[in-house]
Amino acid sequence: MTRQARLLFYMALIALAAAVPGLGDVFYTRLATQIAIYGMVALSVDLLVGYAGLLTFGHAAFFGIGAYVTGILSTHGLLSAFLVWPIAIAATMLAGLVIGALALRTRGFQFIMVTLAFAQMIYYFWLSQRSLGGENGFSIPKRNVIVGFINMENHTTFYYVVLSLLVVVTLLSLRLVNSQFGMVIQGIRDNERRVFAIGFPAYRYKLTTFCISAGIAGLAGALMANHTSHVGTDMMSWQQSGNFLAMVILGSSGTLIGPIFGAAVFTIFQQVVSDLSTHWLFYFGLLIVLRILLFKRSIFHFLVAPESGEDAKQQTKNGGSRAGGPSPVIEAEVKS
Amino acid sequence: MSVQLVIEQLFNGFQLGMMLFLMAVGVTLVFGIMRVINLAHGSMFMFGGYFLAEATTHTDSIVLACIVTIAAIAAVGVLTELVVLRPLYNRSHLDQVLATFGLTLIFNEAVNMIWGREPLFLNIPDALNGSVNILPGVPYPVYRLAITGFSIVIGGLLYLLINFTRVGALIRAGSDKREIVQALGVNIGLLYTIVFALGAVLAAMAGMLTGPLLSVESGIGDPILIMTLVVVVIGGMGSIRGALAGALIVGVFDTMCRVFLPMLFGGDAATALVGMAIYILMAAVLLYSRSGLFNAARG
Repeated sequence: MTRQARLLFYMALIALAAAVPGLGDVFYTRLATQIAIYGMVALSVDLLVGYAGLLTFGHAAFFGIGAYVTGILSTHGLLSAFLVWPIAIAATMLAGLVIGALALRTRGFQFIMVTLAFAQMIYYFWLSQRSLGGENGFSIPKRNVIVGFINMENHTTFYYVVLSLLVVVTLLSLRLVNSQFGMVIQGIRDNERRVFAIGFPAYRYKLTTFCISAGIAGLAGALMANHTSHVGTDMMSWQQSGNFLAMVILGSSGTLIGPIFGAAVFTIFQQVVSDLSTHWLFYFGLLIVLRILLFKRSIFHFLVAPESGEDAKQQTKNGGSRAGGPSPVIEAEVKS
Repeated sequence: MSVQLVIEQLFNGFQLGMMLFLMAVGVTLVFGIMRVINLAHGSMFMFGGYFLAEATTHTDSIVLACIVTIAAIAAVGVLTELVVLRPLYNRSHLDQVLATFGLTLIFNEAVNMIWGREPLFLNIPDALNGSVNILPGVPYPVYRLAITGFSIVIGGLLYLLINFTRVGALIRAGSDKREIVQALGVNIGLLYTIVFALGAVLAAMAGMLTGPLLSVESGIGDPILIMTLVVVVIGGMGSIRGALAGALIVGVFDTMCRVFLPMLFGGDAATALVGMAIYILMAAVLLYSRSGLFNAARG
């Protein structure tokens, strides 16, 4: 699609999303809210996976931290969204800084395993907090408040808040990946040693991206806590991290917008199939495997991918060294 | 805190460590040779338990049941490698990781579809019931000793296989320089299948051995898989020796933390620390060396 056509397409999409409450059924509004929230997490994962080439299998941890911090503050009476959400984001980014600083010492496959392990660590931390309901989590009595006249308890109003935030986050992220910063992290994805040789501190760029991505996931977590009025450890199970990655791949990695489609596919699939069968996860697994085995690209790829064919080609080799490249051991010695 | 307790827990830790080792061999070999992380490895552990439970309902001979189970797992391993993994070797890491994640979802639900959601229970063979005194005044269940014994035997056989057979030589060569192995005219596809099936069988053996101590249910392999990943990160990716060292360290460390941390201080803090212990250990190892304690280059 040309630039104008794509712009028009996105406008139509936002208009379509904004029209969902017009269906008159609160069920669809809540479903759309969930899609928007998952879309935000999927976008944050894509920032890492598709642009920085950092395959994280632990993003559910940040989603969970955002939700838990929001839940704890809200039950203690701190309700202002202008305070709670920034605190949730800050807490998540701090966790991202610590985990990222350690995990980014590794690369490639080891990075996947380390992020998964740290996410599991955070999972066990919240699981053991009996005062917070342990595995079951706890309920949040009230949603956060923005200003008096915006009634957040109204599902439609809350949906518009979430949707606006998603649009803002998407625009900021698009701006980020097209900035010089974005060029550097994409350069790191394609060839870290060269970027390092030009003089960019690759490690710091990666860590910054990791923190930003964690922060976005944290905001989504805060919104999810508001959406369901409940937080629990299932929000940060390792399957949840896998689901987020699945959304990225069902959309299209390295496009930011694609993963939002992926989130929609995931949420609608879950809704429809779990009505038909209690074994919906079986069919979801099948969907992922077939998508990967049968298609090189997602069906949304042609809608959202950048024009140049080069970018699409590069996405197939994100994630660092493969056969023919320098061995991980040698690469690991390139100190960042 | 008595000496008896420490000894008993050392035995428990060693047993957990050997079980993690059986799991870690598959992960580390599949990574070392095929450059794929197999998240479906935990499913093989689970299948070990389910298949054995199913086999024991058809035959009274536990030996026969074990043989049938192992054969069935090997078949599942070969099929998985041929159908799902083979097309993925030249694809992105994202595709590989997610495809094996998808497999985990499929396998976890498949056992629910076949055997229902109720957990199954495996009985300890009569010959291995009861307990013996490993030291005067320290009774210890025979079955746990037997698990440790079996895993040591399996580990020994694996050592012989890797070091003294042609397949073993190919596996060693493959984890060093697979392109060269391929260039020398070795049927690398066959080697991949063998390695994958071998890993699956070892994971299933871990599941079969520990099955009677746990209830066999959907998803039992998942937490063990994640522990195994920690083992592999600590030990160094692609190294069998590292897998053994990592497994024993993690096994003993985890068991000791589980027993002694709650004694030191109670409440949620202890529970939290117990759950987080091995990950903190992993973080410490990563601070010390980013490629783990042993890396593949050193064996």
